[in-house]
Amino acid sequence: MARSALTGTRIRERRTALRMKQADLARTAGISPAYLNLIEHNRRRVGDSLLDQLAQVLGVDPVALSEGAEGVLFDGLREALVSAETEGGAQPAGLPELERIEEFVGRFPGWAAVLAGRQARVAALERVVESYSERMAQDPFLLASLHEVLSAVTSLRSTAAILVETEDIEPEWRARFLRTIQDESLRLSDTAEALVGYLDELEEAETGLSSPLEQVEAWLSMRGWHLPELEQADPPAPEALIDGVAELASGAARKLALAHIARASDDVRALPLAPFADALRELGCDPARLAQRFGAPMGSVFRRLATLPSGIEGAPPAGLVICDGSGTLTFRRAAPGFTMPRFGAACPLWPLYEALTRPMQPVRTVVDMAGRLPQRFLTYAFCAPRQPAGFDGPVLMEAMMLILPPPPERGPGERPVGSSCRICSRGDCVGRREPSILSEG
Amino acid sequence: MSEKHVLLIEDEPHIAEAIRFILTRAGWVVSLETNGSAALGRIAAETPDAVILDLMLPGCSGLEILAELRAKPRFVDLPVLMLTARGQGRDREAAERAGASAFLAKPFANGDVLASLEAIIARAQSVRSA
Repeated sequence: MARSALTGTRIRERRTALRMKQADLARTAGISPAYLNLIEHNRRRVGDSLLDQLAQVLGVDPVALSEGAEGVLFDGLREALVSAETEGGAQPAGLPELERIEEFVGRFPGWAAVLAGRQARVAALERVVESYSERMAQDPFLLASLHEVLSAVTSLRSTAAILVETEDIEPEWRARFLRTIQDESLRLSDTAEALVGYLDELEEAETGLSSPLEQVEAWLSMRGWHLPELEQADPPAPEALIDGVAELASGAARKLALAHIARASDDVRALPLAPFADALRELGCDPARLAQRFGAPMGSVFRRLATLPSGIEGAPPAGLVICDGSGTLTFRRAAPGFTMPRFGAACPLWPLYEALTRPMQPVRTVVDMAGRLPQRFLTYAFCAPRQPAGFDGPVLMEAMMLILPPPPERGPGERPVGSSCRICSRGDCVGRREPSILSEG
Repeated sequence: MSEKHVLLIEDEPHIAEAIRFILTRAGWVVSLETNGSAALGRIAAETPDAVILDLMLPGCSGLEILAELRAKPRFVDLPVLMLTARGQGRDREAAERAGASAFLAKPFANGDVLASLEAIIARAQSVRSA
């Protein structure tokens, strides 16, 4: 077996990580502490059988203590070094010494693995960025679409200016230019819509990945957002529910799915289906009344309402969005017409974020969602703290917004909102944080 | 002063209509060509005082038209206002090398069309009289 000069160093690192005394390891391996001390300081070569014995006591594969196990790490670290040299030119003094790479890996195998892993990730992302740049510069669809957008915007700007600035314009010319504005507006709208769809598909296709959250959403969507197995008196193990599910392609997605199942199980216990359905019929879709009836947290009621099976009397079609204290969306079940952003942050005017600033206070708002066919929705938002690490642990905020059909009559205080700034057409919005590709061209 | 004649080579009908309206009201005679392949023939036949030339045209690109135009001694000094896309630095550079008299980036303000056209005419006249 190939043996690195630092095998002893790795034995020592592993032993100290296990908080094992040198004398104890020596005794178990059948050698003297003095001899082990020489090995650990790389002054004696370790024979194969002794290495096997030490590895067994230390609970690692013998290869992990020898050089062979670190070949990939070395390659990754060398790549990281080459990247640093290529990007930075001159390096800060003492960083990073190639000749000491073996010592680094031997002494800090965990950190070395992290660094090599990051390097691999950076390289993968660089490839994605390169392919995007190439696409942007050469993709015939993108170039044609941008030309369309530019032409429509040019035409709109000139025509609108003529109508505004020409006081004595003849009626036939006025009519003609008004038709132009209508035609070009439609053209711009169609092109922008096609472009957004294309870019979204492109992103998915190019990376070959969807986020763990999207994978969980795809799985739940396939299940109709309801897991009837959890309603049984003796539900199956959570793992059985996600075993072999193609949608949950990544480990991260499976973890999220298990977390969802655990939470949904709690909700089922707090709000059993049959009594909950009865209460819904009796009290209507009022989360606060339902929570009071069952002595359950408001969040459980929100989640239960959004994941009921179809056919429950009095249960309206409900969407649900949940965010953590940073505003990051952690759960999205869209309601028809209520568009949720796939990437990036949502509209800052969503009542969800208002609730985040007012923990434990219910926020009821009717919103008007921007879109080609604007739609109104009734939203209930609520934010509650969580302390998963106990009383002394950090307080984590979580806000939820239930999205329901609107009341028939318009009332005061209805709020115009969008999906996210990037694809929102409300040009004069006070909450806008970035230009829209729809309104700004 | 006699009326000035400009040939507008632009395939986008609404943009062409707007430019024609603006220039006509300012006293220009505007003729329109939408096809790049026919543009050179129109220029030779009409000998306009200036040309407004879109960069992206069907049949033959604005750059090709400009290059062929400048290759003819008769049109070396013909004022040509090139319409380019905003932010397309490389296109603009290529047009500059091909001999454009001035550029106007889309989308443009209407006043800039007239101002740019008058500026290149004035510059051509001062070169001729120098």
